[in-house]
Amino acid sequence: MQELIQQLVNGLSLGAIYALIALGYTMVYGIIKLINFAHGDVMMVGAFVGFFSITLLGTNIAVAMLIAMAVCALLGVIIEKVAYRPLRNSTRIASLITAIGVSLLLEYLTIFLLGPNQKIFPDTAFTVKAYDIAGLSILNKDVFVFVSAVGLMLVLQYIIKYTKTGKAMRAVSLDNEAAILMGISVDKTISTTFAIGSALAAAAGVMVGVYYGAINPLMGIIPGLKAFVAAVLGGIGIIPGAMVGGFVIGLLETLVSGYGNSLYRDAVSFGVLILILLVKPTGLFGKDTGEKV
Amino acid sequence: MFGTKKRRIAILIMMVFMFGIIAGCGREAPTNQQPAPTAGAINVGLNVELSGGVASYGTNARDGAMLAIEQVNAAGGVLGQQLNPIVRDCKSLPDEAMSVSAALVDENIVAQIGPLTSGNVAGSTPIMMENKIPLIAPAATATNVTVDDKTGATRDYIFRVCFIDPFQGTLMAQFAADNLKVKTAVIYGDTSSDYAKGLADYFKQTFTEKGGKILGTEGFVKDDRDFRATLTKIKGLGPEFIYVPGYYQEVAPLIAQAREQGITVPIGGPDGWDSPDMVTVAKAEALNNTYFTNHYSSQDTDPKVVAFVEAFKTKYNKEPDGFAALGYDSVQIMVQGLNDAQAADPVKLAGALAQIKNFEGITGNMTIDTNHNPVKAGVIIEFKDGKQTMNSRIQP
Repeated sequence: MQELIQQLVNGLSLGAIYALIALGYTMVYGIIKLINFAHGDVMMVGAFVGFFSITLLGTNIAVAMLIAMAVCALLGVIIEKVAYRPLRNSTRIASLITAIGVSLLLEYLTIFLLGPNQKIFPDTAFTVKAYDIAGLSILNKDVFVFVSAVGLMLVLQYIIKYTKTGKAMRAVSLDNEAAILMGISVDKTISTTFAIGSALAAAAGVMVGVYYGAINPLMGIIPGLKAFVAAVLGGIGIIPGAMVGGFVIGLLETLVSGYGNSLYRDAVSFGVLILILLVKPTGLFGKDTGEKV
Repeated sequence: MFGTKKRRIAILIMMVFMFGIIAGCGREAPTNQQPAPTAGAINVGLNVELSGGVASYGTNARDGAMLAIEQVNAAGGVLGQQLNPIVRDCKSLPDEAMSVSAALVDENIVAQIGPLTSGNVAGSTPIMMENKIPLIAPAATATNVTVDDKTGATRDYIFRVCFIDPFQGTLMAQFAADNLKVKTAVIYGDTSSDYAKGLADYFKQTFTEKGGKILGTEGFVKDDRDFRATLTKIKGLGPEFIYVPGYYQEVAPLIAQAREQGITVPIGGPDGWDSPDMVTVAKAEALNNTYFTNHYSSQDTDPKVVAFVEAFKTKYNKEPDGFAALGYDSVQIMVQGLNDAQAADPVKLAGALAQIKNFEGITGNMTIDTNHNPVKAGVIIEFKDGKQTMNSRIQP
């Protein structure tokens, strides 16, 4: 029993990171129907920005996270303007391939500029403490990751539900052309979506740095793919779905490694992707509208 | 931001220039040492990586080999003749290693020392085999360096002075069973590399033979960073020892997370752990009570090693690493072979090398087996408060 609770703690902090990345995927998909494969790499850039703001500027972890979020928000907007906007009216496969291109560009540009080796996240920014609660080992970084992830998700929910920008985003997502007719600036709304999604990814990147202690230019690939699975599982384009999907994948991986065989962990996550696409392509939270695939 | 097309192009051009400047920095032209061949001397070829990706391996091995040659010559040489080293850079490339070997063959060398990596040795192998000149690899650890994969036959002219990778699994199992006196172990290794899989197999075999019990085998893959779920499971199994064959990128966070979960048992691994990043990522405290196998330690108190370290430091003003020690041993084993063969003849030298027994090297006593692999000791390195310290020498 105690082991199970420990595994759930492990799964929740892993899931929180997946959920944050999945949110960016799902927001972008919801609004322009593009699977932004560069999203995991934006997370990587966020981790490096956080790293440099701690090592070079000597900021604490909260400020580092804010700087990373701001820089990546800008990066997201630039990526959208340069790479995706010119292709907005072309075929979906063209944008998809562009997204893969942007992903490779970010990875190898970082390797070119900073080298392929891992960088060690400075431990001065965050002192790890372990709490022993009823035989469970709970780390303050578990709490940090979980609380800041949930906090950011609540802020996101507020923005989408109760602000004008959020309303515009929902409108564009629902019907692009009708939104234009209602006087909504579609370009601006899409830029905002990329900014918010990329900022969340940057926050996740800094969390990965704090949590696992080391970052490298290819660190975004696997979490990016897992988060993509999470987004599809929850129903791509649906924001609460991405959160739930993230946590489900995190817990699932933990339980497979803990009670099944650690060798099957990745097979199970990607098996879920195949299964959900076969059985319920709209995802757990998706409604069968007939137009989504 | 990108208002006009012209401005966009201007920015692009600027970026290209910036990259050019960055890329141009920090490269030094490699220098080759090419002493003229001396008449009446025994020519020894050094085909080593002095530039390129693994330049530090080759440079250190060359320094070790040159020290050995200097000492041998100072003591009167071999068979009454001086050794004449011919040093060439193979630029860390297999095809370059091949052309360097071809050039060395023309210099009438009696043997070639190097290259260092298994891949570069493979590049040089066909030339050496064809010309029937022994190649002594200081540090090529892949199994197929000395044995042909397809036919299973030993390559007559290829030798090495390092043990093959999986052998470290045997050494660690011996250390765990005999020195740490543990009875149960869990193997939690990298399943995406042949290196780690071989190590895990050898560990399992030897540990079971010694009467130990493997409670479970778990795996991770390259680039994994989250090991907590499996570690929680391993904690539940309650082993006395955990064997983690893998590379430091994954092992460092793995150990940190194991200690965070309250797993205090000793953890062991192979030379893939040997990196300064281990301490920076996992932190000194978490690394206490962890051990890894390696070829050599400069802290060894064996008088032979102490003398070697002294001489090396005096000559080069730096600490000799494993490659330097293996480079040194490569030359010494060749000298032993020449003395046994009583002729400076490559074919006779190869025959003598294959027969070498109990050669006393810096990196341990060696007996060359039928696969041209040395059966030799390894050292156990222990992390103590973030410092690598030599724990013991394990003789198989």
